[in-house]
Amino acid sequence: MRNRFLTRVTVVAIGLCVAAVTLVTAQTPAYRAPRAPDGKPNLGGIWQAINTANWDIEAHSAAPSPVLELGAAGAVPGGLGVVEGGTLPYRPEALAKRNENRANRLKLDPEIKCYLPGVPRATYMPFPFQIIQSQKHIMLIHEYAGAVRTIYMTDQTEAPADSWMGWSNGRWEGESLVVDTKGFNDLSWFDRSGNFHSDALHVVERFTPRSADTLNYEVTVEDPKVFTRPWKMSMPLYRRVEPNAQILEFRCVEFVEDLLYGHLRKQPSQ
Amino acid sequence: MTSMKVTATFVIFVTFAIFVRAQAPAYKVPRTPDGQPDLQGFWSNATYTPLERPDNVTKEFYTPEEAAAAEKAAAARESAETEPGTVADVHYDFTQFGLDRSQATLARSLRTSLIVDPKNGKLPPITAEGKKILAARAEEAKRLGGRWDSAQSNQLDDRCIIMAGPGPPMMDAAYNSNYHIVQAPGYVMILTEMIHDVRVIPLDGRPQPPAAVRQWMGVSRGRWEGDTLVVETTNFNGKNPFRGSTENMKVIERLRRVADDTIEYNFTVEDKSMWVQAWSVEAVMRKTAGPLFEHACHEGNYGLYNTLVGARLEDQKAAEGAAKKDSK
Repeated sequence: MRNRFLTRVTVVAIGLCVAAVTLVTAQTPAYRAPRAPDGKPNLGGIWQAINTANWDIEAHSAAPSPVLELGAAGAVPGGLGVVEGGTLPYRPEALAKRNENRANRLKLDPEIKCYLPGVPRATYMPFPFQIIQSQKHIMLIHEYAGAVRTIYMTDQTEAPADSWMGWSNGRWEGESLVVDTKGFNDLSWFDRSGNFHSDALHVVERFTPRSADTLNYEVTVEDPKVFTRPWKMSMPLYRRVEPNAQILEFRCVEFVEDLLYGHLRKQPSQ
Repeated sequence: MTSMKVTATFVIFVTFAIFVRAQAPAYKVPRTPDGQPDLQGFWSNATYTPLERPDNVTKEFYTPEEAAAAEKAAAARESAETEPGTVADVHYDFTQFGLDRSQATLARSLRTSLIVDPKNGKLPPITAEGKKILAARAEEAKRLGGRWDSAQSNQLDDRCIIMAGPGPPMMDAAYNSNYHIVQAPGYVMILTEMIHDVRVIPLDGRPQPPAAVRQWMGVSRGRWEGDTLVVETTNFNGKNPFRGSTENMKVIERLRRVADDTIEYNFTVEDKSMWVQAWSVEAVMRKTAGPLFEHACHEGNYGLYNTLVGARLEDQKAAEGAAKKDSK
């Protein structure tokens, strides 16, 4: 009798353990981020991508520098690409334009002229950016060119005008900050390889904490004038953990004046 | 007994009245969820009040009537400068595009000058070293040539490098003098509309970076002293002199919300290389309607490009004219 009772207890106990393990396993994938004072996941901090997406969001091999004098310092590191499915679904005429952009990138890439980077390029340029998170507004402050985005969490409106960085409205979906951005002009690129968009661009970004010091960054890009279907890219973003980390000035306008206006300098002979 | 009672009641009443009166002006500053005094929102520091007191004014404050008259006169001068047909009008018709201050949210004050120290409302005298620095700057400007000789010989705002808004200190930018303040634990962020310049001010008491790090807007460190945000900024690059300042300038700003629609904005400028003494300003920021728009100044800077093209065409014409004269 006693043994049978013990057996029964053991079976029930094992059963409970299995149930508990199953339950825990089903719930573990979601990392729960520390909370902001308003109870939302706290995304505050200085973040940076570590990849070669700014060179080319598609997979690419290492390549020589387009500027002879820069030698190995200006050469392109290879990359596995960040685009889901590997290749961008360009319309045929748009693909031709991309290739033309690529061939003339020293003349055409907005980054070379210190122009605002657009979205999502701002996020994965080789510069840090800071998230300042309040209840009403979440600010993305980029070191490159002092680019800044305001994400409206409560006082949301349609884009009042087209702009380089677009007009962003945000919402929380569980642990993710979802940012819906429209109202772009057609002047920014996705990378240094001529991948581009039109003013019909619609970007939806998801910032999801995946550990104390990393975020998952997933982007859905829609632009029917340039692409045959919406496409996605994703990458981790890493926290700059240096205790003294801060966004410094990269006020590059001054660095490109000779490039843009040097040929208009008064000649001494005149 | 009755009269004593009446007297006592009167005394209590008067005491209460005085107490209420004394308490009434104390504005209770709202708090952010993490407990900081809440400065968040959209603000304007557009003002017609000059930094220095006009020569013909001797008092510190105008009466409300005098202030209104001074504002009206300043607005009239501003609109006359940009009247159709004038040079400034070719640049922008301020009134048409709502860029004149009279169409902005004005941060009014009865002060006759923003400077409160020195007491005469004027910048302090310049040091001997400061005079040498100013002379060297004038030499350098001469070396760069005329305004339209190159991009670099233009003013910083025409080049879309930096304008008056972000400072520090933050000053009226002639138009679009708008700011957006957002706070998060450990930080106050101030976005200036002009050239989307952002100040991210850490509040954690971290030290300034090494002296080798120099920035247009310097490097700012903040702290709360009661309800007042105190921000100290050094590490300037000195390429954007504020009324003559050098890279040794230190700016101490104090921001305190004194009403739902008003931030008191006071600052002190220390720069022993330029002035014999520190000087101080008392100004205000007034709540304004948001949002701020993207001011992509450099990206749309056709003005600088076209003017340089025009200047080189003028050079060419002049050279051709001279050649013709020679051949005669």
